Amino acid sequence: MIVLDNVTFAYPEHDPVFNDLCWEIEIGDAWAVLGPSGCGKTTLLYLLAGLRQPNSGEILINGSPLAGPRPRTGLILQDYGLLPWATARKNVILGLEIRRFYGPDGKHVPIDEDVSDFARRVDYWIKRLNLVEHAAKYPGQLSGGQRQRVAIARTLALNPDLLLMDEPFSSLDAPTRERLQNLTFELRAEEELTSVIVTHAIEEAAILGQRIMVLGEPPNRLPIIIDNSGAGDPEFRHQPAYYNVCRRLRDYMESDRETA
Amino acid sequence: MSAVACVIIWKVIVRRRDILLALLALIVLWQIISWLVNEPILPGPVVVGRVFVEELGDGLAGHFLVSLWRVLASIILAVMLAAPAGIALGQSAKLNRMFSPVIYMLYPIPKVVLVPIVLLLFGIGDFPKIFIIFMILFFQILVLVRDSAAGIEPKTLLSVRSLGAGRRALFRYVYLPASLSAILTALRQSVGTAVAVLYIAELFATDRGLGYYISLNGSTLFNYPAMYAGVVAMSILGLGLYFSVDRLERQICPWRFAK
Repeated sequence: MIVLDNVTFAYPEHDPVFNDLCWEIEIGDAWAVLGPSGCGKTTLLYLLAGLRQPNSGEILINGSPLAGPRPRTGLILQDYGLLPWATARKNVILGLEIRRFYGPDGKHVPIDEDVSDFARRVDYWIKRLNLVEHAAKYPGQLSGGQRQRVAIARTLALNPDLLLMDEPFSSLDAPTRERLQNLTFELRAEEELTSVIVTHAIEEAAILGQRIMVLGEPPNRLPIIIDNSGAGDPEFRHQPAYYNVCRRLRDYMESDRETA
Repeated sequence: MSAVACVIIWKVIVRRRDILLALLALIVLWQIISWLVNEPILPGPVVVGRVFVEELGDGLAGHFLVSLWRVLASIILAVMLAAPAGIALGQSAKLNRMFSPVIYMLYPIPKVVLVPIVLLLFGIGDFPKIFIIFMILFFQILVLVRDSAAGIEPKTLLSVRSLGAGRRALFRYVYLPASLSAILTALRQSVGTAVAVLYIAELFATDRGLGYYISLNGSTLFNYPAMYAGVVAMSILGLGLYFSVDRLERQICPWRFAK
């Protein structure tokens, strides 16, 4: 379980983005964080990833405070973050190579990590994400959807228990985006992941978030939280419940803009 | 073999054939001009080729090796000092702010004008020659490595950090490969200038090296075919270095050539 306990965060010489924010994420939850640009949703994700530290308050993961990036947390970004000089396969193996580089030290690498069967794990993920015929290509030779699949394979090869995604599908065309959204839910179920996706797209939050947090203009203190337990099934896109959630989300975002 | 590999090999063959054709065309052109001019100061490629082979056994090879050693020593020295400095500057905005005005001032100064000063300061021997070429390569490598390290996307760094990378792994898996590619680009861009400046540097205070050999045969002994043999040797040195860097770049950075 992840607990944000009265978290306050501000960038130096700026007003706070979050003020005494409290939030609980249960194991296995599928969260979406929705908000306009500048609302602090990416900052929230970086806080969860341990890449930023709160000014006050605490983030607890399974009871222990988060002091830095945690080896069992996977992060997927909009612009993929792939190394241009490495082939798709080399990119997928990167996280594992870093693990082998440090060895199971408990800080960069989980203490119980088995560093012996990397080739098998990489082969599995390349196959699972349909990248076999692209494995020898460089990122510059891949489409956006293929690049994001490489980034997903790279992250999942590390056996994360928490998957954080920052606008992962925003720069993709609509059919590719839908395919990857469906894939995300399949993978979540297969790997028993807890997931948090951050997005500015109402439809994406509605399709991927079984619980949705709506952020407004900062500082965010008591964000709106919506229950959307029907999400997670590709068929949900065609159901009335989906349209209802979209409408509610749109209303919240509009009213926030009016009051801002 | 994959289709991609086939295409790459085919391109290499075509490229090699084109280069040989270009070489042949230049030699033919040289012969034609030499016939037209018809003076001892412009012997044809056949004469020069024969003298080149004779002279190789008679000292030219030694001069070639001395020049080659001077360039290689400068390259190694420049890479060893400039690459870490470039990575350090590229990683730290603070360091870069401190040093970039100095580099900005020094970078464009044509290092060849410093030849007399360096010779005065360091006297005879290999070191002043190596030092001059070193200066040219140093700044080129420093600037390109710095810019490539500074130009790594913050998102790339974040996502590699999220895979567990600390400072050491970031260096090993991100900064180092990014700099390798920048070092090779810098060498490709500056190896020609380095050989040109080597020639100037070898005109003074030495009796070894291709610069000395060319000037001795051209302006003291008036042995024009031998002088041209020296020019050919110098061209081979420059081309050889350029091709080697090009080849290394294709081997170490294949991603730049993948389409």
